[in-house]
Amino acid sequence: MTSSTEPNPLTLANARSPFAAALGRVVLEQLEEVRDLYRVFVLTLHYSVRGEANRPAFFRQMYEIGNRSLAFLSIVMGFIGMILVYQGGLQTQRVVPDLSLLGATFLQLLVRDLAASICALMLATRVGAGIAAEIGSMVVTEQVDALRMCATDPVDYLIRPRFLACLSMFGALVVIAAGVAFLAGMWTAYAFFGINPHTFANVSMVSVGDLTIGLTKCLAYGAAIPVISGYCGLTAFGGSEGVGAATTRAVVNSSLAVIMLNFVISGAGYLIFG
Amino acid sequence: MSADTSAQASPSTAFSQWANESVTLLGGLGVLLAEIVRRTLRRDFDRSELLRNLYRMGIKSVPIVTVTALFTGGIMVIQAAPIVQRYGAYGLLGWGAGFGTLREIAPLLTALMINGRVGANNTAELGTMAVTEQIDALRALAINPVGFLVAPRFLSIVVTLFLSTIFSDALALFGAAYAGWGFLGVEPGVFYRGLTTGLLGFGDVAHGLEKSIVFGVVIGLSSCHFGLSTRGGAPGVGRAVNATVVVSAAGIFVLDYLLSFALA
Repeated sequence: MTSSTEPNPLTLANARSPFAAALGRVVLEQLEEVRDLYRVFVLTLHYSVRGEANRPAFFRQMYEIGNRSLAFLSIVMGFIGMILVYQGGLQTQRVVPDLSLLGATFLQLLVRDLAASICALMLATRVGAGIAAEIGSMVVTEQVDALRMCATDPVDYLIRPRFLACLSMFGALVVIAAGVAFLAGMWTAYAFFGINPHTFANVSMVSVGDLTIGLTKCLAYGAAIPVISGYCGLTAFGGSEGVGAATTRAVVNSSLAVIMLNFVISGAGYLIFG
Repeated sequence: MSADTSAQASPSTAFSQWANESVTLLGGLGVLLAEIVRRTLRRDFDRSELLRNLYRMGIKSVPIVTVTALFTGGIMVIQAAPIVQRYGAYGLLGWGAGFGTLREIAPLLTALMINGRVGANNTAELGTMAVTEQIDALRALAINPVGFLVAPRFLSIVVTLFLSTIFSDALALFGAAYAGWGFLGVEPGVFYRGLTTGLLGFGDVAHGLEKSIVFGVVIGLSSCHFGLSTRGGAPGVGRAVNATVVVSAAGIFVLDYLLSFALA
């Protein structure tokens, strides 16, 4: 607080330009949030390298995040595969009658972007909400304070196992879900456009660059979702309503992070690999 | 919890349990929808609650819808870029990105974001009211919870998603035009001409908007249902929120598939 003799620079700015002051306040708040988030991320990385292994927690989280998301992701990706091949085939027919490259284009799109991004959006809803609700209810029932009293950093004890589990399981989930999407697309192409499955399963258009972009996305999303959701859970306050708000923030922020990372990685990948 | 018990039970018991739960869920959704439609047709719901929810759900979602739409448009152009460059079909960029955006991606991603922000929040609120017996208190005061709480929320979710989809259609095309300029050097004017030369019609926009209404019904119905049927204190609220986002997201994709055929 400034002393009463000097005019507070913030009030002065408020009086001169209320809009700029409001905008500046929002920007400062957001920057502070980003800085806290970055701190949690760096701490998580630090503990992942330095901390002692907590195997039981790690395997339990792998099961929670990986195995229990498998059915949900497979269903969603199966339908995505069918929708895309159907809509894509319908559109291509309007312009060119030849549909033999439909499968190759679909596979390239799947590897390059869709498999990782759609899985990440779905995982952000399922796993992100779960992590934030779990950690958030621990925060509001003061279990996290109890952890601190025991000289345990909640980032080490709660976020690290989830981070490592999500990072290791996400790639596997994406591969399986992409396989389901491709088989569903193959069936749609055969049933609606009469494309032979042998013609459809054409990997000639998938390059090393596409694979690199896809795997980079897997790593980036797998790291972003648990850290952002865990951060939202740790900053929960105010009883059960606070847990609800933290859950919402976790889902929204991790989805936004997935979309922004997708834009950045896709753009960089296009500029590097063409 | 159900996973632990079903792991020990035989597969047929687990299946019948799962089938039982699914049918119960669908029945509950149907009954709730019928009640909401009946009250809406008789205009027997709280107007001021409707306006308040429209503000909280609609206006407050504008920032995330804006960011999502701008980036989505950019991503669509980057994905279309290798194909466009291979054939040198720069004039078709507007058509390619516009088609995917208007028919599928904009309605889908807007619905997913609204599901995360509004649907989850709605369930958490109604769930907290349910476990603290506020809904029973409403009934004791002879106020019907469907007319006072559920119908206004359901209607405002549907309206919010419909309007947000129009908004994000426009913003996504705007983002796509400038991403095309930045990455491919296609002038925004060429992009907009590609949109309007006749390969795309109002039908494509309408297709996306019709979908957004159905997605709104899915999100509104499931979030209200899971909120009202919350049991078991604060952890129960967490479980209800988790269940609602998962069921809505799966429902959105399944109905998207069915609608793609029905409206094609």
